[in-house]
Amino acid sequence: MTEAEVHAKVVELITPFSKNAEALANVSAETDILQDLQVNSARLVDIVLEFEDQFDIEVEDEAADNIRTVGDAVKLIVEKTG
Amino acid sequence: MIENKPTRVVVTGLGVVAPNAVGVAAFENALREGVSGIRFIEQMAELKFACQVGGAPQGIEALQNDYLTAEDLMAMNQSMVFTAIAGIDCWRDAGLAEVSPDTPTDFDTGAIVGTGIGGMDTIVEKLVPKVTVGKVRRLGSTLVEQIMSSSVSAKLGGLLALGGQVTTNSSACTTGTEAIVDAFIQLRSGRGKRMLAGGAEAASVYIWSGFDAMRVLNRKHNDAPQSASRPMSATAAGFVPGSGCGLLMLETLESARERGARIYAEIIGGHVNSGGHRNGGSMTAPNPEGVVRCVRAAMAQADLQARDIDAINGHLTATFADPHEIANWQRALDVPVDEFPAINATKSMVGHALGAAGGIECVASVLQLHNGFLHGSLNCEDLHDDIAPFAHSVVRETREFDGKIIAKSSFGFGDVNGCVLFKKWQDGGA
Repeated sequence: MTEAEVHAKVVELITPFSKNAEALANVSAETDILQDLQVNSARLVDIVLEFEDQFDIEVEDEAADNIRTVGDAVKLIVEKTG
Repeated sequence: MIENKPTRVVVTGLGVVAPNAVGVAAFENALREGVSGIRFIEQMAELKFACQVGGAPQGIEALQNDYLTAEDLMAMNQSMVFTAIAGIDCWRDAGLAEVSPDTPTDFDTGAIVGTGIGGMDTIVEKLVPKVTVGKVRRLGSTLVEQIMSSSVSAKLGGLLALGGQVTTNSSACTTGTEAIVDAFIQLRSGRGKRMLAGGAEAASVYIWSGFDAMRVLNRKHNDAPQSASRPMSATAAGFVPGSGCGLLMLETLESARERGARIYAEIIGGHVNSGGHRNGGSMTAPNPEGVVRCVRAAMAQADLQARDIDAINGHLTATFADPHEIANWQRALDVPVDEFPAINATKSMVGHALGAAGGIECVASVLQLHNGFLHGSLNCEDLHDDIAPFAHSVVRETREFDGKIIAKSSFGFGDVNGCVLFKKWQDGGA
C-alpha cells in the first residue's frame, strides 16, 4: 500500500467521526484530527481500533497518544505495515 | 406564612414509538382501529423461548437516519434510538423550534426518561464477549454511554440541548408513569418551564428472557400473535413482552400560554408509592393497601371525588393480577360496581413495554382525552369471571368519549405503584 493509499484510507476511516465537512473536504497531512475535523476526543480510541482492524496492525497506547494529525496517523501506519 | 399556589402543569407535546405504530398520528389511528403490534419473533423461537411473540416497533432502521447522524448511531443502542425518535417528535409536536448543534442550551427544559432494564442488549452483545476474553481495550469509547442507566435521558439531553435536570428513573413496570409524576411534581413546585417525561425499553431477547423463565409470559398463543395479549380475559395466560418509548412534554400553564402552545390536557394529580412487600405484597405482587393509597393520594391532590373519574387506562398486563387490579381500583374509588368508570387496556395492542409501558400508555390516555374517544381492548371477549360484573365498564369497541378525567395507573415489581390524573383541556382553562 502506498502512502497515498494509506492517506486515503485513513481519511475514509475518520470521516464518520468528523463534524466539520469543510475541513474534511480540504484534508491534508497537516489536518489536526481533533481541532480541524472536530472529532470528539473520546472517539480517538475508536478510530485507532479501526486502524488496527483495517491495516491489521497493533497500535500501542503510547503511539496512539502521539497521533495529532492525519499525517501522524499515516506515518505510523506506513511504519507498521512496512 | 404565605402559601404559594402550586404551578399548573399541562401537556403540550407527545412522542411515541410503539409496536403498533410510530408517531403520534399513526398511534392514534392504531388505537382507534385496534391494530395489534404483537408479532411472532423468530429469534425467540430459535432460542427456545416458551413465549415466541412480542411487540417491537417496526421500520426503525429506515427511520433513524432521518433523526440521527451516523456518528450518533455509532454510540446508541435501541432504547436510546427509540427515545431519540420519540423525544424529537415530542419536541416538534410541542411546537418548539428545531434544534441544531449550534442551538444554545435551553436551561428551562429538562427530561426524566426512565427505563426498566436499560442497555442489557449492549452488555450482552458487546461488553461481555470482549471483557471475558481479556479484550477490554477493544471495547472502544462508546460502551459506557450505552450501558449507564441514564443513557436514554443523557443522549436526548444532547440532541435537544436540554439544560434543566436530565435524569433517568427506574421502578420496573411503573417507570414511565413515575417519570411523568416526578416531572409533574418538579414543574408544580416551580422548577423549570418544561420537562420531557416517560419511559423507554429495547426489544431484546435478553431483556425478555428472565420473564420467560418466570413463566409470566404467554406461551399459549405462539401461533396467533395478535390474540396473545389478553388483558382481563378468562383465557389470559401471561403478558406479551413489548418495547418502545412514550414521552410527554409537560409544561407550566404559564409558559404554554406565553408561547401560545397547543394544550392537550392538564395534569391535576399524580402520586407514586410502594407497598413494602407486606399485606400480600411481594417483589412481584402489589400490597392492595399501597395501590388504594396511591390512587387516593393522586385524587386528593387533584381534589377529585370518585365519580369525577370518567375512565381508567389500566396497567392490566394479562396476568393473574388483572382481577386484583380492578378490585383494588373499586376499593380505592369506593363506588358500587355499576358506577365503576370505563376501563381499557392499551397493552392488548402493544404488549407490556416494561419501562416504556407507562410512557406509551400515558400518550394513549392523553390522545383519548384530547380527541374524545376510548379505544377498545382487544382479546377480552371472554372476560375473567371476577371481571365479568364490570362488563359494562370494559371498553371492547372503540367509542366516542366526552369525559373530562382519565386516570392512568401503573404497577411494578418491587411492589411499586404510580397514578396520574389527566384532565381534558378546555379553552379558557376552566
